[in-house]
Amino acid sequence: MSVDRASPPILTIRGLTKHFGKLDVLKGVDLDVLRREVIVVIGPSGSGKSTLLRCLNRLEEPSAGTIMFDGRTITDPGVDMNKVRKDIGMVFQSFNLYPHLTALDNVTLALRRVLGMDKAAAEARGRAVLAEVGLAEKAAVHPGQLSGGQQQRVGIARALALEPKVMLFDEPTSALDPELVGGVLDVMRRMRERGMTMLVVTHEMGFAREAADRVIFMDEGEIVEQGPPAQIFGAPQHKRTASFLARVLHR
Amino acid sequence: MNPEPHGLLYYFFNFDMMAQAAPEIMAGFWLTLGMAALVVTGGTALGLALAVVRAFQIRPLNWAIIFFVDLFRAVPALVIIVVVFFALPFAGLTFSPFWATTISLILVLAGFSEEVFWAGITAVDRGQWEAARSTGLGFLETLGYIILPQAVRLAIPPLTNWVIAITKSTALGSFVAVPEILSQASSAQSSLANPSPLTFAAFLFLVIFAPLVMFTRWLERRYGWRR
Ligand SMILES: Nc1ncnc2c1ncn2[C@@H]1O[C@H](COP(=O)(O)OP(=O)(O)OP(=O)(O)O)[C@@H](O)[C@H]1O
Ligand SMILES: [Mg+2]
Repeated sequence: MSVDRASPPILTIRGLTKHFGKLDVLKGVDLDVLRREVIVVIGPSGSGKSTLLRCLNRLEEPSAGTIMFDGRTITDPGVDMNKVRKDIGMVFQSFNLYPHLTALDNVTLALRRVLGMDKAAAEARGRAVLAEVGLAEKAAVHPGQLSGGQQQRVGIARALALEPKVMLFDEPTSALDPELVGGVLDVMRRMRERGMTMLVVTHEMGFAREAADRVIFMDEGEIVEQGPPAQIFGAPQHKRTASFLARVLHR
Repeated sequence: MNPEPHGLLYYFFNFDMMAQAAPEIMAGFWLTLGMAALVVTGGTALGLALAVVRAFQIRPLNWAIIFFVDLFRAVPALVIIVVVFFALPFAGLTFSPFWATTISLILVLAGFSEEVFWAGITAVDRGQWEAARSTGLGFLETLGYIILPQAVRLAIPPLTNWVIAITKSTALGSFVAVPEILSQASSAQSSLANPSPLTFAAFLFLVIFAPLVMFTRWLERRYGWRR
């Protein structure tokens, strides 16, 4: 599926600022995310990548700026974020699965409590989504008995089951043993093929190169440079981008 | 057939003496059992409720909870019982010895269990809150479905200790003349000039507390999902 350049962007971010006390973590980020676009965000540690994602569903409260999501300004006071969040899926570096619930219950909890589906319908959808991430047979298992890669795929299924309009990934493979990374990236590639809009923070440059429509390089709370992967990786315009890439690609 | 009048059996396992004291001690047993049941359920329920309210992080309410909890943890249970029984009537609140003891111990257990539950709530990883909220679950739903099950599980082992220690202090009720097991047994001991009633009372304490310990072990296993 290709990027929808005709419709208005799904996300319009203007002047997004976040500071923790005196520390300016985001210094006025402007970004449009198009429908069905896959954006990979790269940048050094502490550059504000996670904070950017976390501001988008207001897990972190922005200090200033506006975020328009699917035609609504969700930074306005009085917006019901619980309603907005079901349309913005999030996948975490440390999975954050609920350890006391089975894989299936991890997926169905929000289907039942947020979407209000009945048990049978929620479980049917839960099983279907677990099958999509290749874990049909693990439905009854608790997270503690799954490998890291399997846990992360349950984490993806949990977000995916709500049929969100955007998915945010914060270093989804960073906590995984190298041999388990591929399975998770495969799932993300399939989601891309099905037209999911994705914002992915990752250090997997191979994935960025082949799956991203656009790569964004962040440093010190700003978007320094952005463009198609071939341009960012082949001919970076900024010194900071070039030296970051030199560091991560020649490790 | 009477046991040897000077042996261990005669003094501590004298079934004759136990039988004579049995009616009073059994009356005390039911009273202690009732107090124990009320204290365990009332104290843990109130403690859990306070911990849940504390999770809302409303400043003045939090200060009130912390004050309450620290007060009832710091002051000896006996002092609280005496105050409730002897002093509160001056404020127009009069309780029977049974209720003065029971209410005091509920407050003490609530103080300790609130701390244990609160520690459990704060020990749950922040990522659990974030994951649940990111799917659109509200604060209360996240607390109820995600945080509390994990917090309660963490709380059970320390809570068991407090529950048992504080429930045992139902014996302090004897200070305000609650005819509970131990006071019944010790008055029988002095009137019979034989300590066997105390042995009987000890056995009855076991009857009350062994199931309680077994229940908490079961709870631990029930919530003991593998990490
Ligand atoms: N809750 C917080 N309180 C205070 N400072 C914070 C908080 N969260 C993040 N920061 C700081 O904000 C800066 C940006 O953090 P952020 O996690 O967004 O960086 P990042 O680009 O995701 O880095 P990494 O690659 O290491 O994950 C860091 O200096 C971090 O210490
Ligand atoms: Mg980060």
